Amino acid sequence: MKGNAKIIFEDFQFQYGTLTALRGINLTISSRQIWAVLGPARSGKTTFLKSINRLTDLIPGTIYRGRIIIDDQEIHDPQISLPDLRRRVGMVFDLPTPLPLSVFENVAFGLRLKGVKERKRLEEAVERALRAAVLWDEVKDRLASSAFRLSGGQQQRLCIARVLALEPEIIMLDEPCSGLDPISTASIEQSLNQLKERYTILLVPHNIQQASRVADRVGFFLNGELIEEGPAAQIFTRPKDRRTEDYISGKFG
Amino acid sequence: MRFSRHTVQKLGKTVIWIAAFAALAMMILILLKVLIEGLPLLNLKFFLESPHHMGRSGGIFSTVVGTLALTLVAVLIATPLGVGTAVFLREYTQEGSASRIIRFGTDCLAGVPSIIFGLFGFVFFVIWLQMGWSILSGGLTMATMILPTIICTAEEAMKAIPYSYREVSFALGGTRWQTVSKVILPNALPGILTGVLLGVGRCVGETAAVILTAGSSLLVPTSLFSPVRTMAVHFYILAREGISMEMAFATGAALILLILAINTVANFMLFRYIRRI
Repeated sequence: MKGNAKIIFEDFQFQYGTLTALRGINLTISSRQIWAVLGPARSGKTTFLKSINRLTDLIPGTIYRGRIIIDDQEIHDPQISLPDLRRRVGMVFDLPTPLPLSVFENVAFGLRLKGVKERKRLEEAVERALRAAVLWDEVKDRLASSAFRLSGGQQQRLCIARVLALEPEIIMLDEPCSGLDPISTASIEQSLNQLKERYTILLVPHNIQQASRVADRVGFFLNGELIEEGPAAQIFTRPKDRRTEDYISGKFG
Repeated sequence: MRFSRHTVQKLGKTVIWIAAFAALAMMILILLKVLIEGLPLLNLKFFLESPHHMGRSGGIFSTVVGTLALTLVAVLIATPLGVGTAVFLREYTQEGSASRIIRFGTDCLAGVPSIIFGLFGFVFFVIWLQMGWSILSGGLTMATMILPTIICTAEEAMKAIPYSYREVSFALGGTRWQTVSKVILPNALPGILTGVLLGVGRCVGETAAVILTAGSSLLVPTSLFSPVRTMAVHFYILAREGISMEMAFATGAALILLILAINTVANFMLFRYIRRI
């Protein structure tokens, strides 16, 4: 296993009112790898991601039990600052979500929220983030134009750059390629492969093939439970659980 | 006797056309009448000279100042209050008894006839708070009157902003206030402005509530505590008291031009703002 333990789930359970979305999650995710979250629709994948940056807090009437620890820090600790947590745990959503701002301001948005005002620092950070998201060459001449004018694939990489600008430790991507063509998908996968050298990446792939192309480790979720977790090669060739095997071989899903 | 489906279709179409045409014709007739009677009397002097002899001669300068001042006060008070209420309702509280009571209150406020606002303003601002007939009393009264419109349109504008914008802002480490001030409000601005403009229209056109709270003085106001006569009130008094129908129509034409000018400027500003995005 590469890296060190980065995120630890201890008997974590999550409910929306009376609906249990996650139950009995015990898991350790180590740093500097791509950890793929696999499972059919409504198996708890998005809730799993959103409980790590506590974006689930936005939804009224939720209940959690258990612990999530990032670098020895329990994230539900009242001492913890939510903006800081979310800067450390960046998130990219399933559809490109540029804000109605210029390309530059979209990438700089998180830094501005953090209070960075110095133009030079912003410019450097924006360029670095766009390069890391493999988008710089395509947009360097139109940083001032609206982000809405970019193609879908470019917009999604812009959203990745926006997260990278904050230099997070963990990047979570929830089906980032669901609305994209194969070429855009390939370029996003390419950037993910570069990014895992420095970040811990949690990816909900939009299909099993994508998981097999990029993931180092895979966790399989079903009905809010983590059925099994292991190295991608093992999960895809010798799954331990019957249900994982059925899902991967396409018997359901 | 039954009509064929085709006949019904034709009949329906005709009725709808007549209705639409009638609405348009009504507007054109009113505008034409006022403009034809009033426009020939309009010139720069009419705008820059104050009324003489109760408005029988002279211009309408003091009433233009009065109208603008009163409207400005009303809008400056009602906009922050209304937008603040809308932000509270949409972003800071969940649907519950508190928000339901506030919504019920604003809905009721929207249905109150303007003369009741005038009476309230007269009793509360003019007499009880001893503000007298003044720009301030009139502006405050008009502010309470346009508040429901501003709250409602601001809320609708905020409702139309995709949930993903909020999620993105929070996910990038934004606080609730940063999300409101940097994402929600800038994107809701066009809608908010629509509500403000509706409010402006109402302030400019109101008579009953304004006579009761701002008075009908023809002097150029010198402070917020000066009584004023707005253009609409001037129009009303000129026509009602039979002082001068000519001057009344001229004032009416000027009023229409003023509203047109305000809307054009606002639309232009909005267009520039949207194009930036």
